[in-house]
Amino acid sequence: MEKKQGNASQKLYTIPGWIWVTVSFLLALGLLKLLSVMPSTSIVFASPEAMVKSFINKVNDGTIWGHIGISLFRVFGGFVIGFIVAIPVAFLMGWYKIFRNLVEPWIQFVRNIPPIAYIPLVIAGVGVGEKAKIVVIFVATFLVMVISIYQGVRNVDVTLIKAAKVLGANSNDIFLKIVIPASTPFILVGVRLGLSAALTTLVAAEMTGASRGLGMMVTSAGQYYDMATVLMGIIVIGIIGLTLEKIVKFLERKLTGWQETQVI
Amino acid sequence: MAGDTGNIKVKIDNVRKVFNGRNGEMIALNGVSLDIKENEFVCVVGPSGCGKSTLLNIIAGLEELTSGKVYVDGKEVQGPGTERGVVFQQYALFPWLTVRKNVEFGLKLKGLKQEEVGKIADKYIKMVDLEEFANSYPKELSGGMKQRVAIARAYAVNPEVLLMDEPFGALDAQTRTQLQSELLDTWEKERKTCFFITHDVDEAIILAQRVVIMSARPGRVKEIVDIDIPYPRTQETKMTKKFLELKNYIWSQVYQEYLEVRK
Repeated sequence: MEKKQGNASQKLYTIPGWIWVTVSFLLALGLLKLLSVMPSTSIVFASPEAMVKSFINKVNDGTIWGHIGISLFRVFGGFVIGFIVAIPVAFLMGWYKIFRNLVEPWIQFVRNIPPIAYIPLVIAGVGVGEKAKIVVIFVATFLVMVISIYQGVRNVDVTLIKAAKVLGANSNDIFLKIVIPASTPFILVGVRLGLSAALTTLVAAEMTGASRGLGMMVTSAGQYYDMATVLMGIIVIGIIGLTLEKIVKFLERKLTGWQETQVI
Repeated sequence: MAGDTGNIKVKIDNVRKVFNGRNGEMIALNGVSLDIKENEFVCVVGPSGCGKSTLLNIIAGLEELTSGKVYVDGKEVQGPGTERGVVFQQYALFPWLTVRKNVEFGLKLKGLKQEEVGKIADKYIKMVDLEEFANSYPKELSGGMKQRVAIARAYAVNPEVLLMDEPFGALDAQTRTQLQSELLDTWEKERKTCFFITHDVDEAIILAQRVVIMSARPGRVKEIVDIDIPYPRTQETKMTKKFLELKNYIWSQVYQEYLEVRK
């Protein structure tokens, strides 16, 4: 009896991954359909067909691309600035104790505050235009990335630095040839977390008053009780997130395949 | 006696090292003096925490001393330098570089031409018998192979003194014996001055011309034992009466220090 069970679970392992993904997707579709026909949940859940219809409508009138485009622009704008600022700050924190002792408490404090809380400050400072959204996303991504990259700099194995020194490396060589490559895995983890923080903050950022954008599209559809569009928007944001993560994972495999154990 | 003639290559003169820790001062080394002659193979044994590694780091220029001086070729050590190569216990290979690139690391820093860099790297990768793995990453290698790469990397920059900090300590007994033989072969060919730290008395006797026994905290030179067993030494050497006598003697001295630590 037990042997049979063993065989059965063995067989499960031989099923290729893409079949699992397909089955999982169809199951989700079925659940959504079920939720859309059950009286108690049908107010919230539009049917998959309605979502597809809403998507096609927005493709036909051309508005969906504008929403996606402007949202991606904000995500990348905030993220890129966050990354450019996070790198030097993280390295300074890793290198100089005085800088670390002064700055780290600020970062630890601010990163626990949800971005929505400081949106009024941002609006008062830079108005409600594009700048406001990018600033909010910038702050969120910067905080996530600076901590992760700083961990990487701190975690550089001292023995590797010693080994480089006895082979004739000066401080410059140590920075470029040891510290940077040794922290690359952490930098990429930072990029992954940063992109995900950027997406999470997007909806909040677009609530600062936007005429376009996926977050705005979802919010305004909600006001008209257009649940098909709400859910469609959420799914599009999810797909963008998944795609970005896949890209970073690919980069991680390319750039940090040398690692003994994968960093989380 | 072995190593009695020749110039003094490394002079350790009354070195003292005090660490200021949370629990106050800790004297790691107190008045350590030792002369290592050119081409000599010296092993240091002693109980854990006797400051062996600290001494090696000071000679390497990786750690500052509290007082005293270390000279290499009559020049005072002021920091790391390529005339002193170091092999660490934990291999310290750069994991993002292949075996070849690891060996080439120091050569490139010297500013040699790529052609020459490649040639020297080839020579030392061959010396440690890793030609097949030249393009592998450290994670694909066993512990013994990693340490071979580290040895090739240290040799490649052609240091005059090799400092080895328990290089075979993390390896299994069989691999350790094999690497000892390989190291002996290389040393007999190139005769580089070697300062080798170990806690394995057998290893110290089979390799060294002189074994330095260090005392427990604070670290001092307790005794220096001449090992007048002729080279080439092999695994059979370990069965000879002479070897066993030396082993008994050195081991009892180290054991005494170990008991001191326990007190």
